[in-house]
Amino acid sequence: MEKFTGKVWILGDDIDTDIIIPTEYLALPTVEDMKPYGFSPLRPELAGQIEEGDIIVAGKNFGCGSSREQAPEIIKALKVRCVIAKSYARIFFRNSINNGLLLIENDQIQDVVKEGDMLTVTLGESIEHEGNHYPIHSLPDNLMDIINAGGLVKAMQKRNGIIE
Amino acid sequence: MGNTLIEKIIMKNVGAKSLTPGEIVTVNVDRVMIHDIFIPFVAEKFKEMGFTKIWDPDKVVLIYDHLVPTSAVEDVRHFKIGDQFVKDYGLTHVHRSDGICHQLMPEMGYAKPGNIVFGTDSHTTTYGGVGCFSSGIGYTEMASILGTGEMWIRVPETIKVVVNGELPSNVTSKDVILRLIGDLRADGATYKCLEFHGSTFENMSVSSRLTMSNMSIEAGAKAAIFAPDEKTAEFSHVQLSDVDWVYGDDDAEYCRVMEYRAEEFVPVTACPSQVDKIKDVAEVAGTKLDQVFIGSCTNGRLEDLAVAAKILEGKKVADYVKLIVTPASCQVYLDASRAGYLSTFLKAGAIVTQPGCGLCCGRACGILSDDEVVLATNNRNFLGRMGTNKVQIYLGSPATAAASAVTGVITVPEI
Repeated sequence: MEKFTGKVWILGDDIDTDIIIPTEYLALPTVEDMKPYGFSPLRPELAGQIEEGDIIVAGKNFGCGSSREQAPEIIKALKVRCVIAKSYARIFFRNSINNGLLLIENDQIQDVVKEGDMLTVTLGESIEHEGNHYPIHSLPDNLMDIINAGGLVKAMQKRNGIIE
Repeated sequence: MGNTLIEKIIMKNVGAKSLTPGEIVTVNVDRVMIHDIFIPFVAEKFKEMGFTKIWDPDKVVLIYDHLVPTSAVEDVRHFKIGDQFVKDYGLTHVHRSDGICHQLMPEMGYAKPGNIVFGTDSHTTTYGGVGCFSSGIGYTEMASILGTGEMWIRVPETIKVVVNGELPSNVTSKDVILRLIGDLRADGATYKCLEFHGSTFENMSVSSRLTMSNMSIEAGAKAAIFAPDEKTAEFSHVQLSDVDWVYGDDDAEYCRVMEYRAEEFVPVTACPSQVDKIKDVAEVAGTKLDQVFIGSCTNGRLEDLAVAAKILEGKKVADYVKLIVTPASCQVYLDASRAGYLSTFLKAGAIVTQPGCGLCCGRACGILSDDEVVLATNNRNFLGRMGTNKVQIYLGSPATAAASAVTGVITVPEI
């Protein structure tokens, strides 16, 4: 099973798509242009501090609000390795998988982890924090294929032999 | 332990002996619906993904409704791309002017009990009214289903809604679902399925059930399903014995149970501009109206027009009010004509329009301007939905709408 370790950023419940990327920046030409404003209404410093491979840990209903696909795209562009939340809003969840952003559901880790802690995730098995293991659901292979391919369009292109 | 209704539909589809909420499975899609608004994007993504043929053209339904008839010259582009897509990939189920997608899907038998159906519209939940698991998706996912016939889904938790008893005569299923949305709030059913139990729902018509399933998305629901019965079997032209496996077990696990007595319901309205801002109609009675709208995929069916005609029979729409009536499909239009309802509406001074999404999606057939107030039977009262963002939209039942059209102010219906 794939295993990775990352530094934690903590967010709360009901992180909506307007927090992830406010409407006023949606008209910017590319996701790269929008990237500095990720999470700006709540944590303006966050986008500048997140490093490749970091992990976001949040509460319930992460990604609630609009259907904007830029929300998972921004998190992916910030090179966040995965989000671990108690639950996700339905459209955000689908948009994330289809845009290649890894989401993990767990409702225990929030009680023990602090910002800046290191977590080790073993996909389909557990999250490890200071020697303790917290179980996580496994994602089926076809869903991981979509994430690993970089999103649904690329997964379909791969399936159809257009790209390697 | 038993299973919920939606678990049973998914288990049968994937051939699993058991499933639990949170699991992710890949289902074989029984039918998809694409409407005119999104067909250009679906076509573009489909080609970008590298597909050259549709997995099963017989399972694809293309419906033009949001832009019918066109109200802006650029609308024509959607039909041109749609028609080319039909030609290129051999689609046969194409409806260019037959009515609103969510009316046609169950009415034409495209969405049947026990089926799994996806559509490029959030109100695809409607087909739960006939015991179908149906939900809305984006155009990128629709393109991938067209190529593969498959879709991944997360098995949802289910909220059991139990209502027993007889509803007061002036209360319709619209009042019941609005009250539920008020109690659940706009996100209370997010990613969950609603399952309806009790004598009140057993006594409801299929049309009334479709109204409830339609609006369940306003509480965030992924699906909202009624177990099929004799009425469903007749409506959907299936044998009940073929679909009587579609029900939630008594010992199934529900994440929440909401119980009501039917007699406690009263006519209610969703006040501007949130669908969960529910008040009794009596509380806002007397609010002056500029327009009343009876129609949409929520409340444009024959029984909705029947209750409105009953109230409007021999009466006149208030002088300064425009009453707009939009049957949900051509079949409903014809049936309403034969039953004499259209004649009643016209004699009352109403404007009867062609079937379509026009006013509900704010594109045509009665859009409003600043400071105007409308009472409407459709499903969303978001800011700017039916005109400018200073239009006040109240949502209510066809009975409340018809009674209010006569007085010109929001009125508690008496039936």
